[in-house]
Amino acid sequence: MPKIPRPPKWFHLPRQPLVRHLILAIVAAGGFYLLTNDILSTYNTVLVGEIAFYAIALGGLSILTGANGQISFGHGALMAVGAYTAALLMVHTHFNLVLELLIAIGAAAIAGVIVGIPATRLKGPYLAGMTLILAVGLPLLGNQYGSVFNGDQGLVTTPPSPPGSVNPELWLTWIEILGALVIMVLLANLMKSRFGRMFRAVRDDEVAASLAGIHVARTKVIAFAVSAGCAGLAGAFLALSSGVVSSGEFPLSLSIEILAGMVLGGAGTLVGAWWGGIALVFFPQWASSISKAAGLGTGGNAYLGTIIFGAVLVLVMMLAPSGIQGGFRRVGSFADRRLFRPRGGDVTKSLQTGSE
Amino acid sequence: MKQATDITVPSQQRRAKRRSLKAVVAVAAISLIAAACSSSPSSSSSTTAAPASTPGVTSSSITLGATVPLTGPAASGYDEIAPAMNAVFAWKNAHGGVYGRKINYIYYDDAYNPASTATQTRKLVLQDNIFATVGSLGTPTQTAVQGYLNSLKIPQMFIESGCNCWSDPKYPYSSGWEPPYSVEGKILGYYIKNHFAGKKIGYFTQNDEFGQDVVKGLDMEIPSSDVVSRQTYDPTSLLSGPPANQMAALKAAGAQVVVFATIPAATSLAIGAAEGLNWSPQYVVDSVGADSPTVGPLLSIIGKGKGLTANTALNGTIFDDYIPPEAETSNAWVQVEAKLLKDYAPATYNKYGLDGNTEYGIALAYTFVQALEAAGPHLTRQGLLDAIARDGKNFITPGLVPLSYSSTVHFGYEGAQVFQYEASAPQITVPSGSWIGGKAVSPVYTTSPGAGPVNVYSGTPPPPPASLVNSA
Repeated sequence: MPKIPRPPKWFHLPRQPLVRHLILAIVAAGGFYLLTNDILSTYNTVLVGEIAFYAIALGGLSILTGANGQISFGHGALMAVGAYTAALLMVHTHFNLVLELLIAIGAAAIAGVIVGIPATRLKGPYLAGMTLILAVGLPLLGNQYGSVFNGDQGLVTTPPSPPGSVNPELWLTWIEILGALVIMVLLANLMKSRFGRMFRAVRDDEVAASLAGIHVARTKVIAFAVSAGCAGLAGAFLALSSGVVSSGEFPLSLSIEILAGMVLGGAGTLVGAWWGGIALVFFPQWASSISKAAGLGTGGNAYLGTIIFGAVLVLVMMLAPSGIQGGFRRVGSFADRRLFRPRGGDVTKSLQTGSE
Repeated sequence: MKQATDITVPSQQRRAKRRSLKAVVAVAAISLIAAACSSSPSSSSSTTAAPASTPGVTSSSITLGATVPLTGPAASGYDEIAPAMNAVFAWKNAHGGVYGRKINYIYYDDAYNPASTATQTRKLVLQDNIFATVGSLGTPTQTAVQGYLNSLKIPQMFIESGCNCWSDPKYPYSSGWEPPYSVEGKILGYYIKNHFAGKKIGYFTQNDEFGQDVVKGLDMEIPSSDVVSRQTYDPTSLLSGPPANQMAALKAAGAQVVVFATIPAATSLAIGAAEGLNWSPQYVVDSVGADSPTVGPLLSIIGKGKGLTANTALNGTIFDDYIPPEAETSNAWVQVEAKLLKDYAPATYNKYGLDGNTEYGIALAYTFVQALEAAGPHLTRQGLLDAIARDGKNFITPGLVPLSYSSTVHFGYEGAQVFQYEASAPQITVPSGSWIGGKAVSPVYTTSPGAGPVNVYSGTPPPPPASLVNSA
């Protein structure tokens, strides 16, 4: 039996989910600080902020779809709810930013409950259809009630003013990253809690779950509300970073991009949400550089970003059906078996894990 | 009890270790990717490192940027403007540039979506390190970045929109180029008042500053008792269908003259919807959505099922313009514009020809080249603003009236002429087909954006300078 040295004991993360997740979040925050403050240019820093708020929306959707088994084509609309709430608060009142963001989350979560209640009766394509209507219809209210929402012209948001001589763009990026990390910790804890187990039980078998005493409908609505709240915060950050909220900002394609990004990153995983965010933000950038290099001119890249995204999505689904993070997990567990487990061990056991 | 815990420890350790490994790998990978994407970290620091130099300006180049719709509801027609502007810059570069500096024009697609405008504008500023934006398009899109650009003191020059908001003293770094929409509204309203007295008037306008400003101008001239219906639309709503309800409401209200303040796609869809109601009122269209080679192709597709051609549907339509219509092929400006486009943007010329959009782009870019020259060899952002305020009135452009720039006026033209599409007028022949041409039905008018009379302009526009004609 070959003996492989293990990492020392102090290297292990604690067992308590909250402590473990907080440590990871603080490490990540340190990494992001170095990245945004010292390594990246201001422009790429802004992009990291965008990745952060997309990760919030994708993380929420990932929980809804990956852990609870519900699908939503309507997350762009839920982002609109958060964005308009935050913008209206900024235009008409002058609360502090944290309060405005919390109200935006709350408004989107309420919208999520309203959507979630009928959704408990719908499954698969019917649920997809219902949420699709949400994505198409809800942002149009911005035009319908122009006196409140100011139509395509939109509402102007006020970015938070930074303390001292901090660059305003860097400051907003930090707020977005902080928001994303807080949400990640909360979601990760939720998934380790009773609610996370209830979500998964309902996903796996509704009858079995209800026999076990789980209120299936309530669980589904809670999952929708949590997911919608995340979308609301992402929408509020989108509003802050673009400086304006208008109905044109939430086209159907946004909802579909979020869904595709979530699938690409890996449904049900929070790290996957970051992969999805990176894809959503950087693919258009790469497309622009590619088209420049290929001599298509600065205007030649109009659809190239979408094409790259589609191609990568197809490729990832072929190579790693559970998304980028799922692929990493498979590679990781393979390496783990090879490195840290004795060879010639229980063959049937490894076969079982393989077929899981 | 003790034994039991001992047994479970190894598997927990394994799990914990795997978790920590994964976390480290994830953080490392994210940092790697992000770091790999930071190709030019120096761009933002250059402003602080050398305060004497102007961002986007070197001894051999000037970097200019813009956001324009290349996809989305406003792309049709408007996607031609930036490539046409580039023809003028390429012509200037081929003749030594501006004080030896070659113009590098970078434009990105914002799909007429303000969120995208904000992202792409930030990219222009932070990554491409532009000197100024020139020829960015749209009212909702450019209002979204007006505060951002002004706070950084980056000139937001010659915005492709006639919103009155560009001349706001709160935003000294913003400037329009085309007439304010209220000026066009007043001139069209003045014409309607004099030629369609007593007729029932209906409005069909875009639901933003563009439509509202045109209506403001119309209402200054047309008695409100004559206006029987005011309908609006949002550009995004065009993606889900033609504005049939609005046209039905105008018909039901008995409107005989319908004034459009519309983007080209909305003009086509609205006329198509009215034809579907077997209704053909007198159309009066603001210059924004009036160009027949731009509205014609879509209108032809809509009209096909009804046995109607675009040229028939547009016949008799009244519109305004502030540069010579491209149908006037004997006009020296039109000739030199066509030559510039053909020689310096052949791909655009072969695809679109000289239509209202490409002509607009050339006229705007030619104006801007003069502004850069007026700013002198030591180009600064403030210097550019000062040059336009000081010399802008004297720039020689294809405009039917002189430019009215001053330190307080950030509008280009405060005047326009009224035209009518007529089957007998010379047609506009471009690669997409031959489209109905217009003939002038009024003198050239000037007026201020606010209250004030509409006056006849008696001057004659200057011909293109020999330096342009000989080198183009």
